[in-house]
Amino acid sequence: MADKRDLLAASPKVINVGLEVFADTLHELGVPVVQVDWRPPAGGNRRLTELLSRLDRSGDSNSQGPN
Amino acid sequence: MILTRKDQTKLQNPIEAANQEALSLMYNADPVLIDVAPASEVMPQLGEGMLLHAGPPVQWPDMCNPMQGAVVGALRYQGWAGTEDEAAALASSGSVSLHSAHGFSAVGPMTGIFSPSMPVFVVENRALGNRSYCTINEGLGKVMRFGANDDSVIERLGWIEKTLAPALREGVRRAGGIDLRPMMAQALAMGDEMHQRNVAATSLFFRAIAPHLVRGSSQQASLSEVTDFLVGNDQFFLNLAMAAGKSAMDAAASVQGSTLVTAMSRNGTNFGIKIGALGDRWFTAPSLMPEGLYFPGFSSDDANPDMGDSAILETLGLGAFAMASAPAVVGFVGAGTYRDAVNYTREMGEITMGNHPHLTIPNLDQQGVPSGIDLRKVVETGIAPAINTGIAHKEAGAGQVGAGIARAPLECFYQALEALVNDLDGQ
Repeated sequence: MADKRDLLAASPKVINVGLEVFADTLHELGVPVVQVDWRPPAGGNRRLTELLSRLDRSGDSNSQGPN
Repeated sequence: MILTRKDQTKLQNPIEAANQEALSLMYNADPVLIDVAPASEVMPQLGEGMLLHAGPPVQWPDMCNPMQGAVVGALRYQGWAGTEDEAAALASSGSVSLHSAHGFSAVGPMTGIFSPSMPVFVVENRALGNRSYCTINEGLGKVMRFGANDDSVIERLGWIEKTLAPALREGVRRAGGIDLRPMMAQALAMGDEMHQRNVAATSLFFRAIAPHLVRGSSQQASLSEVTDFLVGNDQFFLNLAMAAGKSAMDAAASVQGSTLVTAMSRNGTNFGIKIGALGDRWFTAPSLMPEGLYFPGFSSDDANPDMGDSAILETLGLGAFAMASAPAVVGFVGAGTYRDAVNYTREMGEITMGNHPHLTIPNLDQQGVPSGIDLRKVVETGIAPAINTGIAHKEAGAGQVGAGIARAPLECFYQALEALVNDLDGQ
């Protein structure tokens, strides 16, 4: 495993998750970066997230058979 | 197949179990073209004074201009009105009964108008026995599917009814039916995605039916016209692929409780979806504008919002979902490079339940097309289904002005999720 001190001494290798603007800036500075296309579930919309959770819970509770 | 403990737990979940059952019916659908017949003969519920249209239900005042143009044309074709003015007056009086074709196991491209005298393809899903219907593709130029309704359009529809359809009927019957699924699988391998590119599928269809058209035909004199029409229309197979897709999706829709998207369609005003667990209810939002390439002399200012039942192909996993199989269509719809096309297919894989076992993409190591849109995945990822589409002029009859990619409005999916949770809460 690389020494922790390498983090400061060596060039950074970056994985950017989500907002692409950070990866763009690093690209412009010549820093190698891998962009991961990620968005929060339902775009972070709380109402939709709650509906998805209720749907999941509904399926799970209906799947509970007698013990 | 050995089920893991996790699989077993998953299948005990009623939504997952319903999804698996719906997916199985969809994947195992075996569509066969069994007949070509007047709509009134095989769809008896389509009666006098009735017309069917593409997309979710819409009445005359809310129809876009091309859809109104097609209604006027259909009323003249039926002989229910003599002139354009008479037809428009009849339609606006409310005395013509207008219905969504989807409710009649039918689908039509663009305006998607059906009238009782129009001949239709009859496709039977031999796996379940359900049937679906689609009109015959009219070819290029002035056509009713883009809202044209002048005498040349009515004349061409008359030729389709009196000459083309009877010849096809004889041929299909002599052939003992024509299996569509193997043809569709082969066409994918030959570079079609079967929405904006059907040249391979049309060629395969012609190869299958040609001997039966010729042998013993009672209409020898018109055979050259019929064969000229078939070989001159690269999109002829589109309507057959649509009927095949509808037969598969109706089979899947027979399962209750799934979160599978069983229909996506547009009437040029609104986009609508249906969900397995929610039966025949439509969830609608305004149709979006396609983004694409325009023919010389046209621009997005001329375009009508997204229209037609042909999104049944994407509902099955073809069209934009299968873009990786069709390098030749990428430029036509303005999708960018072939790498972008592969990315469309991969992106659609994020919102689907699986890969179709019979419809595979050679360029992706024979991986099946992403197939079976899951309502939950669309909402969770925010990825809207993509649809390869022709772009109609916003004025009736002007025809096609380009081709591109449209997205389904996410609002439809939000409404459906809300309704599904409300239904489950009420149980």
